[in-house]
Amino acid sequence: MPEAPYIPQPEHARTYRYDAVDREFLAQRIAEFRDQVARRLAGELTEDEFKPLRLMNGLYLQLHAYMLRVAVPYGVLNSAQLRQLGMIARRWDRGWGHFTTRQNIQFNWTQLTDVPAMLDALAAVDMHAIQTSGNCIRNTTTDEFAGAAADEIADPRVYAEILRQWSTLHPEFTWLPRKFKIAIRGAEADRIASRTHDVAVQVKRDAAGAVGFTIQVGGGMGRTPILAVPLFEFVPEAEFLRTMEAILRVYNALGQRENIYRARIKILVRDLGRDGFLDLVQQELARMPLAPYRLAPEVVQAIRAHFAPPPFAPAGDAAAALARATLAEPEFAAWVALNTRPHRQAGYASAVISLKPVGGIPGDATAAQMEAVADLAERFAFGELRVSHTQNLVLPHVRQDELYALWQGLLAAGLATANFGQGSDIIACPGLDYCALANARSIPISQQISRVVDALDRTHVLGELQIKISGCINACGHHHVAHIGILGVDKHGAEAYQITLGGAPGNDAAIGELIGPSFSYEAVAGAVEKILLTHIGLRAPGERFVDTYRRVGQAPFKEALYARA
Amino acid sequence: MPVLEKGALRADDWQVVDDEAALPDAPVLISLARLLRDAALLAGRNAPLGVAIGNDVNPDVLAPLLPRLALVQVVLPKSRDGRAFSQARKLREYLGYTGEIRVAGHVIPDHYAMLLRCGASTVVVAEGTDAAVWEASRKVVSIAYQHGLAAETPISLLRRKVA
Ligand code: SF4
Repeated sequence: MPEAPYIPQPEHARTYRYDAVDREFLAQRIAEFRDQVARRLAGELTEDEFKPLRLMNGLYLQLHAYMLRVAVPYGVLNSAQLRQLGMIARRWDRGWGHFTTRQNIQFNWTQLTDVPAMLDALAAVDMHAIQTSGNCIRNTTTDEFAGAAADEIADPRVYAEILRQWSTLHPEFTWLPRKFKIAIRGAEADRIASRTHDVAVQVKRDAAGAVGFTIQVGGGMGRTPILAVPLFEFVPEAEFLRTMEAILRVYNALGQRENIYRARIKILVRDLGRDGFLDLVQQELARMPLAPYRLAPEVVQAIRAHFAPPPFAPAGDAAAALARATLAEPEFAAWVALNTRPHRQAGYASAVISLKPVGGIPGDATAAQMEAVADLAERFAFGELRVSHTQNLVLPHVRQDELYALWQGLLAAGLATANFGQGSDIIACPGLDYCALANARSIPISQQISRVVDALDRTHVLGELQIKISGCINACGHHHVAHIGILGVDKHGAEAYQITLGGAPGNDAAIGELIGPSFSYEAVAGAVEKILLTHIGLRAPGERFVDTYRRVGQAPFKEALYARA
Repeated sequence: MPVLEKGALRADDWQVVDDEAALPDAPVLISLARLLRDAALLAGRNAPLGVAIGNDVNPDVLAPLLPRLALVQVVLPKSRDGRAFSQARKLREYLGYTGEIRVAGHVIPDHYAMLLRCGASTVVVAEGTDAAVWEASRKVVSIAYQHGLAAETPISLLRRKVA
């Protein structure tokens, strides 16, 4: 099988660049999977044996077809890679791809026989589907504004890449009790839903400027939502991997394996208690040798070089030019206000490309849109891109005086929706339209709710509002940590939806509270409207829904939803 | 059942002995319960001694007895139950065990390279196993991205050549 020719990538996009060793590894891994598929077809592997192997290569069996989930390491992409994803969508899927809350992309209409060729096409741009599924360490997620955000203390991409490499085909942690998700951030502001992860890392600096890590453990969603608890306050850089090894080893040895719903590390930490778990981790650390696990500064330095700042241009009067453009065009001003974020470099901003058109499918992008965004990234952002855990795309470094031209390009591609972080920027899982585990549809509910919320937003300006929808209790749509969470349940064979209020994913993390009995498929969008109208009636000026809810409690919302007319 | 060691099959020269049966003067594999119960008696024994541990056993319990043991057998009751990987690693890495670590149970060729990197020595395989399939699987990925216990040569960054 000839390998796909290597596709050059934009010079200044800061993705980790493979060298000959990494490429050799990837080619070997694809060869291994090709052989595993052949052995499965020849009956040498049972389905039970094959399943974990295909999952570790990102291949899932869904309701109607296979789904291939491609890793976007910590959500960092370049334009050549995105263009190639567009090509894959066109050639082997039905012309689109779906960006996920794990900052990955999945192709929902994959033929098993096409998979090796798809993996070759990915390898041509240093991409793969390794460990996007299965009971192993998954793609580490990070802040979509990493390396750009004005409030960043240390660049989390460097350590996310180190985690990616370290966890790749880890010999000890590839057959864990359950999947294992790590998130890492480098700012105080938590934009990564830290505490919903098995392990959450915050990169910090001590008074002398040395890097260390705050580590939280035991978060997770699913039927038992738990927020991660503090484990270590400041792990020195050199001990980072050793500490991760110790945590994983305790989990691998003691995590439950009989009951899938009790197998995540959150249950182990809860059952042992934070101190009990910490004690076991420290026992491991006390005995593990130091040298082989030491994260050497030269390694960090070499990886850091991949993420060096791109060649920024002097700010000039970029800010003034932007101000003039926003005055001239209110629609552009609205987009700038909602979809851009402050940059550490004067004269620059990060721009969010919403994949949440009102009435659309959250996270979906067509091949043509991927190609259009790749072009825009090359023109305006050094060819660099991010996927956010909220299923949007980000151009991390755009000069302020080029935002207007970018926005016009986005308008032409149908990608200029101004709603980042707003009520219509809904996270929704694939639900019953694709997922074999679903109780109910998520996508059409999301489409209905986005229309309702958008209409309210236009007259009442709701501000930051997080609505998240899961099609079953596995909670892939993060509904537990939504301001308004919606969970699909099965009620006597019919789709029904429970609503939780008051959850949040970030620095004010909380698990939402169930407001009352479920709503039918037809009634749920109307219920959300009632909740928001109640909020509008009660809010202090500028108050977010979640703050109103936390201030006034459930009663008025219950009343609005359930009181007989 | 045959044993796979360094790419070749050989006969199993260890005899599994029940907890109450007399121990022959030959290599025997006994349970952890018996090892702990009869530790004093076994101290005087000269023929090789091995113990089979379940996947829920913390290898720490073996620590005082390891100098007496020539074989520790770990097990994968299901192919996706990876506790044995950590047991092997602890034995090798800080319990100081240098004898044979043998892996039994539902082991597939795709486990092989990783087991070796966790410190395992041998695998109990089914009759009729083709050792070449296991060797091919062991060698297919020759680069690793983290510290392991098989023979390996550092390359750069975290990477090493393993196969
Ligand atoms: S939450 Fe349930 S329905 Fe939605 S993707 Fe996850 S498993 Fe499927």
